Amino acid sequence: MKDKITLAHGNGGRLMHELIKRLCLKFSNKILDEMADAAELEVSKKSLAFSTDSYVIKPLFFPGGDIGKLAVCGTVNDISMKGATPLFISLAFIIEEGLPISVLDKITQSIKEAAKKAKVLVVTGDIKVVEKGAADKIFINTSGIGVIDHSGRHIGAKAKAGDAIIINGPIAEHGMAILNAREKFGFVSNIKSDCRNLNFEVRKCLRASRNISVLRDPTRGGLATTLNEIADSSNLGIEIHEDKIPIRPSVKKMCDILGFDPLYVANEGKFISFVSAKDAQKVRRALGGSARVIGQVVSGHKKSVHLNTKIGSSRILQTLESDQLPRIC
Amino acid sequence: MKRSKIKLMEVCGTHTMAIARFGIKKLLPEDVELISGPGCPVCVTSETDIDRAIEICRMNDVIMTTFGDMMRVPGASGSLSEMKAKGHDVRVLYSPLDALSIAKKNPKKKVVFMGVGFETTSPTIAATVLRAKEEKIRNFFVLANFKLVFPALRAISESKKLNIDGFICPGHVSVITGSAPYERIATRYKKPCVIMGFEAADIIKGIKSLIKQIKSHESKAEIEYKRAVNRKGNKTAQDILGTVFKVEDTEWRGLGVIPKSGLKFKDKFQHFDAEKEFRIKIAKHKKIRGCICGEVLQGLKAPRDCKMLGTACTPSKPIGPCMVSSEGSCAAYYKYER
Repeated sequence: MKDKITLAHGNGGRLMHELIKRLCLKFSNKILDEMADAAELEVSKKSLAFSTDSYVIKPLFFPGGDIGKLAVCGTVNDISMKGATPLFISLAFIIEEGLPISVLDKITQSIKEAAKKAKVLVVTGDIKVVEKGAADKIFINTSGIGVIDHSGRHIGAKAKAGDAIIINGPIAEHGMAILNAREKFGFVSNIKSDCRNLNFEVRKCLRASRNISVLRDPTRGGLATTLNEIADSSNLGIEIHEDKIPIRPSVKKMCDILGFDPLYVANEGKFISFVSAKDAQKVRRALGGSARVIGQVVSGHKKSVHLNTKIGSSRILQTLESDQLPRIC
Repeated sequence: MKRSKIKLMEVCGTHTMAIARFGIKKLLPEDVELISGPGCPVCVTSETDIDRAIEICRMNDVIMTTFGDMMRVPGASGSLSEMKAKGHDVRVLYSPLDALSIAKKNPKKKVVFMGVGFETTSPTIAATVLRAKEEKIRNFFVLANFKLVFPALRAISESKKLNIDGFICPGHVSVITGSAPYERIATRYKKPCVIMGFEAADIIKGIKSLIKQIKSHESKAEIEYKRAVNRKGNKTAQDILGTVFKVEDTEWRGLGVIPKSGLKFKDKFQHFDAEKEFRIKIAKHKKIRGCICGEVLQGLKAPRDCKMLGTACTPSKPIGPCMVSSEGSCAAYYKYER
């Protein structure tokens, strides 16, 4: 079994990180080794952010979005997390024979709309069709390039002790919306994926403060896993407060019923910013109504994330280990 | 003189996880100790039952279906999740009724549902069997590995090795069974029983009631989860269970064979019984060296006593069942308390 890829190698958890590290070692260079959401490319004094991602999702269409919108927003967001302005994206399809053209049309229409909204241009593309069974309907890869306006600051992987941690809105919506759509639980609910482009929100954030050290979007593996990655790369501790983390009641209920921890559920329209404590409220206000300060960076308990629970206790928040599966009873 | 500790057992895996997630242990007085019990259905499923499911899954004409939690449990020759990666048809379901739709769509295949669980889960599977009978679906089978909570509570109460002072009783199971069966445990074994919900306030209030009973030398069955549980339980679910299944002796991982603690098909429903349909012989399982899940399930040892936890045994590469299930006590300890 050890020589086979299992689904756990793609779930955002520890095995996936080990696999990425193993693959990256082969291509090791200064830019790639930073292991950020996008690479920073210096081209005659100006820097570019460059990122790539592949999108495989079931179902293709879900409340709040579809694979096309996701493929644009995902890459736009990764570039934005570098503090860059996304400008161009590539678009590559791997299509299983037999996919109705109407489905492809619907997806490309959605890509067009998402690109327009995010103000990026699709500048190159590719289509491959594979035999029935060799892919599941359609897979999309997008790569994107953005320009970094440094103005003397650097958005990196490293947080600073004392930084406040801000999230721009309620968590766990994408993962639960997908699950609800895929499994047809029939939860009568308004649970929608939060899939959206974040580049303009990031701009607001960067305009509000010059003291932002880290921007990250907590996608697969959820908020808990992303915070652990940052604690690890900064060699500092992170403390967050359960009662400050925004979550919609319907999402929380669905998580409760299935036995899922929302802190490990994927988001596609959320980002966390690490900002100096003095600028925290300024950034929160710039992000609007549902943004919250959820915690801070501390110099103690290095490389680990602590959660203060609602009832005044605390516990360690680990990286996602293996996919969350619904409980039996 | 030092007071001896008050030992409370949380019977249900969902409680184990909730207690760890809320950080409740840290808030309790030092002389109150919480011990995890055998109430995680994945954890107490015997190795033989898992091996049987895996062997059936190897057959060409079989679609194996189960709840997500069962996928990663290792048997002697791998787990269902590994079978899936090798190309066998294994599907995770959220409702056993989905297995019927799969059976209807695949009339040439045998669709097997790996059924585990306590009184909470088994009625839904019994109802599925009744539906299959009504719709005359002939290619649907169930591996009936269902267990009953009360015989296990009795076995634990009778254990001389373990001195439990009271039981944190499962909320979900009690919705079906009602509180009446706990009255017998409380009076016969002098063990206070309090049924609790799964919110932090439910659990804290319930633990307070247990301590109050213990300190005043009482032993009653109390419900601290009145919004969901009553004395009689869900009569319809109980009747459905009684129609399809009969009580038999069954093997629990860690606890051994407990008399009259499992549910198997009644003769009338035998043609749904996957065990009878496939008749597979399973070799006796070797004990995994170094794994203390057996003792953990009996409350004799705690996950922190295990030398493999966090090194050889992690949720992505579990060795023992208590690490596999999201509600297992080793997984709770690994995830929240290490």
